[in-house]
Amino acid sequence: MADEIILLDFWPSMFGMRVRLALAEKGLKYEYKEEDLRNKSPLLLEMNPVHKKIPVLIHNGKPICESLIIVQYIDEVWHDKSPLLPSDPYQRAQARFWADYVDKKLYELGRKIWSTKGEEQETAKKEFIECLKLLEGELGDKPYFGGEKIGFVDVALVTFSCWFHAYESFGNFSIEAECPKLIAWTKRCMEKESVSSSLEDPHKVHGFVMGMKKKLGIE
Amino acid sequence: MAEEVKLFGTWASPFSRRIEVALKLKGVQFEYIEENLSNKSPALLEYNPVHKKIPVLVHNGKPVAESLVILEYIDETWKHNPILPTDPYEKAIARFWAKYIDDKLWPAATKVLVSKGEEQKGVTEEIQEQLKTLESELKGKKFFGGESLGFVDIAANIIVFLLVAQEALGLMEILTEEQFPVLHEWYQRLVDDAVFKECVPPRERHLGFFKVRFGSSTASK
Repeated sequence: MADEIILLDFWPSMFGMRVRLALAEKGLKYEYKEEDLRNKSPLLLEMNPVHKKIPVLIHNGKPICESLIIVQYIDEVWHDKSPLLPSDPYQRAQARFWADYVDKKLYELGRKIWSTKGEEQETAKKEFIECLKLLEGELGDKPYFGGEKIGFVDVALVTFSCWFHAYESFGNFSIEAECPKLIAWTKRCMEKESVSSSLEDPHKVHGFVMGMKKKLGIE
Repeated sequence: MAEEVKLFGTWASPFSRRIEVALKLKGVQFEYIEENLSNKSPALLEYNPVHKKIPVLVHNGKPVAESLVILEYIDETWKHNPILPTDPYEKAIARFWAKYIDDKLWPAATKVLVSKGEEQKGVTEEIQEQLKTLESELKGKKFFGGESLGFVDIAANIIVFLLVAQEALGLMEILTEEQFPVLHEWYQRLVDDAVFKECVPPRERHLGFFKVRFGSSTASK
């Protein structure tokens, strides 16, 4: 029996993009369902009653929620192709640690960059760059966080890169000037079909954020 | 080469205690180092430069940080007495609930101890809803992990800390048998478990800890 895979998602979500990327890496066919977050579908509310959030992966009728949990699930079920996590327990722990670090820091800081002004925004920008520099240090001289191939941390982080243009524009700063190695890594990732087909156009994302700012009454 | 396992923790931290439970369930010998969080050791700062927090597990000189990451590391390194299921779907569910506990229950639990009046009432209701949600996940099992303690049960040790804190501060009891018949029974089983109960802070000292830290008496500090 063929696998039935459905992804409930919202196009600008960097979390949803992680799942798209993992599915693409594994070469999996799936049905993509776009959610209107102001009018959530009965399916989303049924499949993620606890958080009512995207992304949700529905595999043969069974839902999995939380993007990094979904990515690990995909990696474990379709373990024969393009493994995202290493096999060594210590290296797996390091990958999980850094993916968790991305989750703990980047979304909130990024949000503050486009939605606040003055000192709050400056502090967020400074911290954001510090986080990226730390990640740059972790990347070191490797082509990818996963080593020779993209791995779990690459998947966790690269989806934020299509939001960088929006952050830079609304925050009035240059990420490349501060973190050239990291930007080089994002370009390297984008050369892969799985990445370029899973990430959104940064200009579209910029337009989306502009719309959000208008709606929230932020100039 | 002999295994060298060290755990940097603090006696009153549920995150630190989680690691003790896992190591003891697996019968792993370890050296415990009590940290003073207002005067962190050079070793801790070296082993966890990113967050500078406990717990940190150091296995043959290599550090692992973040309690849920450490739990998975322990489960993958010492494979007997597994704490996570082998089935990928069941594993995803376990990870989901442990994350729920850390992302929702923990912030609400710390908030309820520092808030007052209407705000405290609101957070208390939030916690009750979260406990109801957790309760529905038990589904007739002895533990979230099934017949024995698993990943989610270990993560849920936060509930023990919450209840002790509430008692220390004279707050209304949250996990009553009337409101949560199933979860209450699970809780009794959890705190009675031979391994788990070795890894709970000594009661009187723990009550005193909360009174000093969060009590609103007029006594000067």
